[in-house]
Amino acid sequence: MKNVRLETVSKMFGSAVGVENVDIDVKPGEFFTFLGPSGCGKTTTLRMIAGFYFPTKGKIYFDNRDVTTLQPNKRNIGMVFQNYALFPHMTVFENIAFGLEVRKMSKAVIKEKVERAQKLVHLEKYGARKINELSGGQQQRVALARALVIEPDILLLDEPLSNLDAKLREETRVEIKRLQVELGVTTIYVTHDQTEAMTMSDRIMVMKEGVVQQIGTPQEIYNKPTNHFVASFIGESNVLNGEVVEIIENSVKVKLEDHIFVQGSIDQSANGKNLTIGEKIKCSIRPEAVFEGPGVNELHGTIQLVEFTGVSINYVVKVGSNIMKVMIINKGNRILNRGDSITLHVPVNGIYLIGE
Amino acid sequence: MSGNQDVVMKENWWSRLTRSKYFVYVLISPIFLVLLAYVIYPFYQTFLQSVMTEEGATFENYQRFFGLTSTANLEALWTSIYISVISVITCAIVGVTMAFLMERYEFPGRRILSVLILVPMALPPLVGVLSFTFLYGESGIIPRFFQALFNLDSVPFALKGVVGVIVVHTFTMYTYFYLTAAAAIKGLDPSLEEAATSLGSGRIRIWLKVILPMLTPSLVASSLLVFMISMASYTAPLMFGVDRTMTMQIYLSRTNGNLDMAATQSTILSIVSISFLILMRWYQGRRNFQNQSKGIGVHRTELRSQLAKYLSMAFSFIGVIILMLPILVLVLISFSVDGEWTVQIIPTSYTLQHYIDLFTDERTWRPIWNSLQMSFVATAGNILFGVAAAYALVRMRFKGKVFLDILIMVPWALPGTVVAVNLIAAFSEPNVFSFNQVLIGTFWILPLAYFVRHLPLIFRSTSAALMQMDESVEEAARSLGANWWYTFRRVVMPMAFSGILAGTLLALVQGIGEFVASILIYSTSTMPLSVAIFQKMYAFQFGTACAYGVLQIVLIILVLFISQKLTDGKAGAAI
Repeated sequence: MKNVRLETVSKMFGSAVGVENVDIDVKPGEFFTFLGPSGCGKTTTLRMIAGFYFPTKGKIYFDNRDVTTLQPNKRNIGMVFQNYALFPHMTVFENIAFGLEVRKMSKAVIKEKVERAQKLVHLEKYGARKINELSGGQQQRVALARALVIEPDILLLDEPLSNLDAKLREETRVEIKRLQVELGVTTIYVTHDQTEAMTMSDRIMVMKEGVVQQIGTPQEIYNKPTNHFVASFIGESNVLNGEVVEIIENSVKVKLEDHIFVQGSIDQSANGKNLTIGEKIKCSIRPEAVFEGPGVNELHGTIQLVEFTGVSINYVVKVGSNIMKVMIINKGNRILNRGDSITLHVPVNGIYLIGE
Repeated sequence: MSGNQDVVMKENWWSRLTRSKYFVYVLISPIFLVLLAYVIYPFYQTFLQSVMTEEGATFENYQRFFGLTSTANLEALWTSIYISVISVITCAIVGVTMAFLMERYEFPGRRILSVLILVPMALPPLVGVLSFTFLYGESGIIPRFFQALFNLDSVPFALKGVVGVIVVHTFTMYTYFYLTAAAAIKGLDPSLEEAATSLGSGRIRIWLKVILPMLTPSLVASSLLVFMISMASYTAPLMFGVDRTMTMQIYLSRTNGNLDMAATQSTILSIVSISFLILMRWYQGRRNFQNQSKGIGVHRTELRSQLAKYLSMAFSFIGVIILMLPILVLVLISFSVDGEWTVQIIPTSYTLQHYIDLFTDERTWRPIWNSLQMSFVATAGNILFGVAAAYALVRMRFKGKVFLDILIMVPWALPGTVVAVNLIAAFSEPNVFSFNQVLIGTFWILPLAYFVRHLPLIFRSTSAALMQMDESVEEAARSLGANWWYTFRRVVMPMAFSGILAGTLLALVQGIGEFVASILIYSTSTMPLSVAIFQKMYAFQFGTACAYGVLQIVLIILVLFISQKLTDGKAGAAI
């Protein structure tokens, strides 16, 4: 259980920027996720923590020890690779025992620890198997056991679920989270899958093109996205262009396109009190924050597309020149048709004001 | 306290060095040094010898080479080139035809033929030529058989001169075409032909417009290879008495003491060979595999008509005979009593003595033991160099990779004769690279020659194995706490082991059979096996010579078999 701290870490590849000025402080025992599309620098950041790359600029600390340029084998980390990177010439037992042998433990201790690790990932009977005799999910668990058996200070997971099929992915996700909570190891998890990030993490760092966009708990990231990218990358959101026309105490009036006005709140704004009248901003409205029928922030539109998923009825509605996605929970309401008019309203706390 | 600080300082110095992005150049410098010492420097010395006279540097020798006052050299260059061009054509015809028959048709005898078709690969160059002279030479078994059969005054035909060289080249080198063409045909999706037929093409049009264009890359690559090997060929011209080839001219200039001319000829031949190497690499770099379909079901056409069946059976039978005869004749003669076989069709009296002598008679055993020792030494060096160079080229990032890669392949492209001439030029005087020793005339010069000639073998098989290995496996070992050396020992080596071993075995047997360079630089105290065979031949001790040859063939077949098992049949391409 260690704290991981990155101070203004940057990595250049030649003249191309890998990541820029990453500042994070991962608490002991925390499950911390790097989330972003491919090429956003999340894996690069992870590899700097593992020691496979050294930062061009900035420092990395484990607790208060500077490990910026420490060799990876001296960091006491456990890492699970996207393709598992198991040793094909060794058995399951030998794979898991590798890190313990490096640490020169006695045969008896190794046997005991490996067997415990096998039990932890439900592979008790597979010790003598060769790697190529295992299924993808089993290989995944061997990789996990091999990383955990050395009792690492930090567990690093690089898209560990991306090679599994959908059902197995969900199972393994629960399994990884269970192990992490049980063992309490500081964990850094890299993924491009927002569901994995939301369900597993204590905190999430959203990255784009090498730059950190937002760091926060899943709720913060979802409910209070700092910008357009975060709002649309995590879940779905209607991001509408607007202009601040009036601020009275906490209440903000925003003019959208086509003279539509909505009421927001300073508490529901990325910029907080810094909003000024005349400022161009964006409104992020989640589809599920829109309700059918009259109320505050009433909008009128025409239905362009209807989707029935069972749980919900999804509409694409044209409001003036704005296109909005709306999700109505299915409680047996009447389903409208394409071309019908619809009246909608958005509660004040369903609108989040973000900058450009 | 101060001691502690020292350690910290030292660690900083070391970690600063290892962290530097230039540290990789420190790591690869030994590889470059070896190449500098044993490839570049000897080549440079030869070049120096070709231009330096007492009056200073001149290109007099080159003017003499290309001058019209004595045309021997130009003739030699011309003969080498046209022998090579014809060899390419005949090898292409035989190799591609065989590939098509084997891959596209089902006929009686196909299976046995498809195994035996690779027999020429098991023949060391000298032994191969030897058996051809026994079989088809002026006093060969087949011509004499026909002479006796038809009661003629002289043999009706015999293999000699340029034709002999070309026939031997064809027999020993068509396999390059066969292997690449067979692979290409296997990868040719039959549905392409079907598509062409459905669009209304006739057979000839399909051949010209679909099949040949698809085969072109593999044909060009094999042509370049066969041309290069033909240019370097030495044994066949030597045995068939064709003096006017480049390699023979070098050999003759040297034995006549005309050293600067030999150096000139070597330099010119090297330039030709290296240009071809670069041409080949460039071609391989730009060639793309056009086939996009997966899971190809090759279907072989079965011959239906009775006539075709009989014809194909006859064809298979003749094929098997031609392929097996060279080995059979060696085995036969290896049992013959030395000096008894003179004008008869086949030897008359037989004995087991030669095989007993191989391992019991000190003087017969000596060359085998010499070759084993020298080949082991050379191969040990090749393992160290090959594995290190392969790891550096596959795993490390540095500038000059392509250059290093070509440099390692150069010794493979250089004719053995040239390698020998270069080594003589470099190491007949003490210098830094020979640790201030004269190497010529010692035990060490032959292992050095084998080391240089077989430099690329282990390098290639190892890098092929490393390329298949995901880098993250090494990173996983590092993340688990293993340092670089532990990772290399426990993860990289075991995973690349079959590749390393395949290359090692190959280098070992090639070293044992090496003749072309050996004949120029051996000393009587360390006579290698191949030179012993050559001398026994000239002393009319055919039995002993052939017993040596059979021993070599057995070794090679053993090695081919083992590497086939080790690499799941991918070893063929390495040879």
